[in-house]
Amino acid sequence: MKVTVRVWRQKNAKTPGRFVEYEVADASPDMSFFEMLDVLNERITKQGEEPIAFDSDCREGICGACSCVINGEAHGPEKKVTTCQTYMRSFQDGQVIIVEPFRAKAFPLIKDLVVDRSAFDRIIQAGGFISVNTGSAPEANTVPLPKYHSDLAMDAASCIGCGACVAACKNTSASLFVAAKVSHLNLLPQGKPEKDPRVLGMVQAMDEAGFGSCTVTGSCEAVCPKGIPISFISRMNYDFIAAALKLRVHGRRV
Amino acid sequence: MKLNANIPSGPLTQKWTNHKHEIRLVNPANKRKYDIIVVGTGLSGASAAATLAELGYNVKSFCVQDSARRAHSVAAQGGINAAKNYRNDGDNIYRLFYDTLKGGDFRAREANVYRMAEVSVNVIDQAVAQGVPFAREYSGYLATRSFGGAQVSRTFYARGQTGQQLLLGAYQALMHQVSLGAVKMFPRHEMLELIVVNGHAKGIVVRDLVSGKISSVMADAVVLASGGYANAFYLTTSGGASNATAIWRAHRKGALFANPCYTQIHPTCIPVSGDYQCKLTLMSESLRNDGRVWVPKKAGDKRPSKDIPDNERDYYLERIYPAYGNLVPRDIASRAAKRVCDEGRGVGPGGLGVFLDFRDAVARLGKEVVEERYGNLFEMYREITAENAYETPMRIYPAIHYTMGGLWVDYNLMSNLPGLFVVGEANFSDHGANRLGASGLMQGLGDGYFILPYTIGDYLARNEVKRPPSDVAEAKQAEQETAQRLNKLLTIRGKRTPVEFHKQLGKLLWDNCGMAREEASLKKAIQDIAALRHEFWENVLVPGSHDDLNMALERAGRVADFLELGELLCLDALSRAESCGCHFRTEFQTPEGECLRNDAEYAYVAAWEFAGPDKPAQLHKEPLTYEEAHMAQRSYK
Repeated sequence: MKVTVRVWRQKNAKTPGRFVEYEVADASPDMSFFEMLDVLNERITKQGEEPIAFDSDCREGICGACSCVINGEAHGPEKKVTTCQTYMRSFQDGQVIIVEPFRAKAFPLIKDLVVDRSAFDRIIQAGGFISVNTGSAPEANTVPLPKYHSDLAMDAASCIGCGACVAACKNTSASLFVAAKVSHLNLLPQGKPEKDPRVLGMVQAMDEAGFGSCTVTGSCEAVCPKGIPISFISRMNYDFIAAALKLRVHGRRV
Repeated sequence: MKLNANIPSGPLTQKWTNHKHEIRLVNPANKRKYDIIVVGTGLSGASAAATLAELGYNVKSFCVQDSARRAHSVAAQGGINAAKNYRNDGDNIYRLFYDTLKGGDFRAREANVYRMAEVSVNVIDQAVAQGVPFAREYSGYLATRSFGGAQVSRTFYARGQTGQQLLLGAYQALMHQVSLGAVKMFPRHEMLELIVVNGHAKGIVVRDLVSGKISSVMADAVVLASGGYANAFYLTTSGGASNATAIWRAHRKGALFANPCYTQIHPTCIPVSGDYQCKLTLMSESLRNDGRVWVPKKAGDKRPSKDIPDNERDYYLERIYPAYGNLVPRDIASRAAKRVCDEGRGVGPGGLGVFLDFRDAVARLGKEVVEERYGNLFEMYREITAENAYETPMRIYPAIHYTMGGLWVDYNLMSNLPGLFVVGEANFSDHGANRLGASGLMQGLGDGYFILPYTIGDYLARNEVKRPPSDVAEAKQAEQETAQRLNKLLTIRGKRTPVEFHKQLGKLLWDNCGMAREEASLKKAIQDIAALRHEFWENVLVPGSHDDLNMALERAGRVADFLELGELLCLDALSRAESCGCHFRTEFQTPEGECLRNDAEYAYVAAWEFAGPDKPAQLHKEPLTYEEAHMAQRSYK
């Protein structure tokens, strides 16, 4: 199949970017989208020009490195997959495919399709963990955990931290990402002692990083490659309000 | 060079306990005076960095990815072994130890393997406390499943995403330490050289992959947790960024490289579909719990699977290995698949594939149960092949997946270069000639959480060579060499891309040093790889500049190191004139086509010393002696 790829090229954050058009005449429907870009990049390299820079590692939808908006949709046309799991069979012969980076103020552009998502690490640093030093853990089966809770925590924990939720949101809110981590840890008995500071700290870090607010449009859920539902955002808001009230009543974080 | 593995004396079961009593400690007030570099943030690197910081050391953590959470451990699917015996099925530390040693075809170091089995139980405790959502029974207690090479059910799992969840646990512990200021994190930084001062590893040269800036970072000790070298084969299940540069650069600076020819072929990967592919996708070994492997009895039978009646199917693993059936170890399952395909009974395009069939599992358990156990894997299979594995069997074929070889380390996980520690897949120590499923995660986390943090203190307490300043002559020289090398890559301006060289190297390795190896072709491969390396340095084409994000330049540097490593891999395979585990020399096999070990001559660790790019590496041997285990011919029948 033959496709036209119109891709965002930008040397670095300081230089203005632009769309550049390439023809790929020898794509196959069984190629992944990135394999098509690999073929294109080899051709560009052969001409002595710099290949299109894009983040990608595992190519099986789990590392969360890939971050492309394809024809206006984060991670492309298919539901519940990452860019690297998008296959050319999802496109038509002769189609024009527009490829852009995840765009958000909190994700500054580095080059071409590569953006800086370190704001996500800073949000995790603000409470996305259980403070248990190595060696101090009790025997693993000491606390039985209802399967329902464990499964729900696992649904939330399956977030790969790609940032598609941010790219799809008109407010560039990171609420789904933050809610997934808050819910994963707050749902577990191990996570209870730090429940309140966790949600307050992570939400604050999200605001400080420059992400917008959630207005419940649901666009994040629609593009999430792991199908994480926005009901976790309600859960986060519930935890947040409870924690904020306690803070107000007691005058300090409890 | 005399290799001293520093294995503690005393009975096997007491070695680690005694050793912990005997090794020196660093006083808590002194720990903050020491800087430790950790390269890599996978399971072993992230767990080591976090734990060392908890102890009070200043840690600097480096990774090539944009976030520590994306290290390739994230892609491990099936599970993690631990001798918890929650199923009351007869498991214990000794059995896990013995299964692992036997699975590795008696080519691992006994004391290390026993220690790994010992700490496995602590790893599960730690992970659960961190909030890793392992699968649970309805009772609320932890669930387990079976994996290859074991007759007990000791594998803990989090759906098909166990690696991801364990890595997030370690990553979150790491982020916690970053928030406390105990770890300084350097994402998008690549280690390009090791700095050795007075014979001790005291720093690394790194390149900031965004700005291109090259700088030296000094420390009191360096920990390499940079993973394996499988990507030398080009088409593997590893992530695109996985590379051997950190360990290879250390090797060039004097660290011995042990057993490079022990490379694992995973039996259940999605077959190759086109020459544009840059990687292969693994389907977790856990699928062999319920999936049945078969090919048609008749060669050249091209009927669709559903039209082949049961009596014309050959469930060859169940037939040949009735005791373990579909759960034989990976090397055995891989070779069996190769044999039936060589007989012309392979399925799918090109005949390089076998069926992994869930028809009976769906009939026995119902689709829902199968979906709960393996849903995400079936989904992944559908995305790649556009086939529904609930209805038609999966097609699978072996692919390179893991490397048991790596830098040589002693019992303290320290290489022969003092101050250089190597953990996880980057070292060689625990899996022998074949790794069992769900043991990679166990080893990575065991090393990082529970072994290295003890043993590194012993080295630091001696304090023989102090941390040098970053303008020490050795650092300046290493920086200069790195800059020159990058500059050379950029100015050759030849005709072939780094990827083309990588593909060609991968094909040479897979054809000559893959699932079956023999003397003549190995000798030829060594020559061909050397010729390819020479061509690379005259004809590679790397566009762009060094002071910018330049992924072609990153790739070129990694391929250059793979080219050297590939040669050593073949040399090691050539010098080991026996078959063991994943190393199968066609000249040495039993009448049934199984591995024929030669314990009298080859029961040793082959540790290679770098002699120069065009000189053959020098072999040093660490004899393997077994105090407890009896070296038997492996049998899974």
